Amino acid sequence: MARWKKRRRLPIARIVLLTLYMIFLFAPLYWVAITSIKPSEDYLAIPPVWFPKEPTLGHFTAALITYHGLTGLINSVIISLSATALSALFGTMMAYSLARFNTGGQHLSFWVLSQRFLPPIAIVLPLFLNYRYFHLHDTRTGMILAYTMFTLPVTVWMMFAYFRQMPRSLEEAALVDGCTRWQAFRQVAVPLAAPGIVAAAVFAFISCWTEFFFAIILTSRHAFTLPTVFRSFLSFQGAQYGEASALAVVSLVPSILLGILVQQHLVRGLTLGAVRG
Amino acid sequence: MANVKITGLHKSYAGGVHAVRGIDLDIPDKQFAVLVGPSGCGKSTLLRTIAGLEDADEGTIEIGGEVVNDVRPRDRDVAMVFQDYALYPHMTVARNIGFGLKARKFAKSEIEERVQRAAEMLGITSLLDRLPRQLSGGQRQRVAIGRAVVRNPKLFLFDEPLSNLDAQLRDEMRGELKRLHQEIGTTMIYVTHDQIEAMTLADHIVLMRSGQVEQQGPPLDLFERPATKFVAGFLGSPQMTFLDGFLIRSSAGNQIRLADGVTVLPLPQGRKLEGAVDDMPVFLGLRPEHVTRSRGVSEDGLVQYEAKIELIQPTGSRSYATFSLGDQQVMAELQAHDVSQPGQQITIDINLGRASLFDARSERAI
Repeated sequence: MARWKKRRRLPIARIVLLTLYMIFLFAPLYWVAITSIKPSEDYLAIPPVWFPKEPTLGHFTAALITYHGLTGLINSVIISLSATALSALFGTMMAYSLARFNTGGQHLSFWVLSQRFLPPIAIVLPLFLNYRYFHLHDTRTGMILAYTMFTLPVTVWMMFAYFRQMPRSLEEAALVDGCTRWQAFRQVAVPLAAPGIVAAAVFAFISCWTEFFFAIILTSRHAFTLPTVFRSFLSFQGAQYGEASALAVVSLVPSILLGILVQQHLVRGLTLGAVRG
Repeated sequence: MANVKITGLHKSYAGGVHAVRGIDLDIPDKQFAVLVGPSGCGKSTLLRTIAGLEDADEGTIEIGGEVVNDVRPRDRDVAMVFQDYALYPHMTVARNIGFGLKARKFAKSEIEERVQRAAEMLGITSLLDRLPRQLSGGQRQRVAIGRAVVRNPKLFLFDEPLSNLDAQLRDEMRGELKRLHQEIGTTMIYVTHDQIEAMTLADHIVLMRSGQVEQQGPPLDLFERPATKFVAGFLGSPQMTFLDGFLIRSSAGNQIRLADGVTVLPLPQGRKLEGAVDDMPVFLGLRPEHVTRSRGVSEDGLVQYEAKIELIQPTGSRSYATFSLGDQQVMAELQAHDVSQPGQQITIDINLGRASLFDARSERAI
């Protein structure tokens, strides 16, 4: 009985805390969403305008067309998706090789991860100069290559952990059953690692989608990505809050869609197969 | 159908574990061979090397007269059942069973037919559309066996396939495996650490210890004539008891004097004692069935002893009674209701004609 009472009291505290946390999470999102449809005189009005009397979609057209947000969006989609696919493809193969064949001995796997300890500033200048030389500067190909390289360590590391906890006997059974190494990888290891691959790919995608530093240095007028467009909203005339908010809303959409689509896989993937069926 | 011949096999792992140290084996066609031994004795490594999942460092492996050291696992035409079943979790039972055939590019109709036949043989036709996670342990085991059987390979390899099942199911599956072997007659190599499994299943037991073969032969040969103290202690449950003593040789007859210096047990007349010298330290190995309620007849090799029972362990069909013989504990096998109270005094026959003797230094049988 005592246990019962204790349990019954908990939800109130839980609800209060969760509500506060939700406000903390969603208030900025609400503000961005609402600012994107506010007329400019309402941006900084006191008292704040919670919902505009005359909502407008003008900021969206301005952000997407006048400020070239649409080009940035298209570039971002192409670059992020391509880099994610390449990163997942090569990362999975590399991780499998590290996990199963102990490629590179004890140290290669850690060396791969250690690439991420390197401050981006350390490599961005040599990369910039090389890109100029090889005509990769301000191209989507260049950006895809850069982002693949930049997301690969984390993908490899996540998949490495995933493969290491996967029982070898499944692939061994496949080998004895009549598969080549490659078939065992393709038909047994990869389908079983799917949740991990999805999780790693989502991570890679989000890193690419929000990346700013490489983008601003390696692109200028053609291959610029969505995050770099935000630069143009700060100008001598002041900040274009409405346009910035509108573009922020646009850039949120893919992340939300992705989250909904792969939610189930993501949870399974992030627990590294602990809840395998 | 194939025999398996292994010559001078060595296998070490990175990290310096020398798992298999010079093994020679010759398993004839159609035999059910069991590799048995305590964990870490190299039996699984040996099996995996035969399957091709590990490379041999030295020595040769022949399957059906062909040296397969450099042949890929898929081309060795062997099937393996793993301890954790290793069913592909993302495939239905039917696809699991047919996977090997598909990988070998069999026609779809042929695959279906063979899967159906294997499923019928193992009584799992109703499970064909299920996923492995929807099956019980015993059913998974059957599917794993089905996956091996369906390919009709030259050789079956089993790596402790029953160790994850509960006791009752294990007994049942043991019987089924034996029946399966009688039906299809393919050579099987079976790894287990369970001596009862080894005794019941094998035509040929290979008892391993620290990467080497300790003794091999038909199960009853190993049981009745163990070559070493290790073999004697490993096979049989309850275990053989080993009594410390000395061998006394004299023209009047050979005797064992137990370590207490007082108790003397005469050995039967015809007992051969190879390489034994007078007063050498020995172990006298007695199984419970060598120590029974006295029938009151005196025979050569039968020693009668007044035993005061200290402990009784009934198993239902019979009871095991422990008593002291010259300061050392011995276990006797009695009828289930023979003795009910500890402290009871009964006459025991010790059958030294069936007992084993081991040199205490080399631990080899005398």
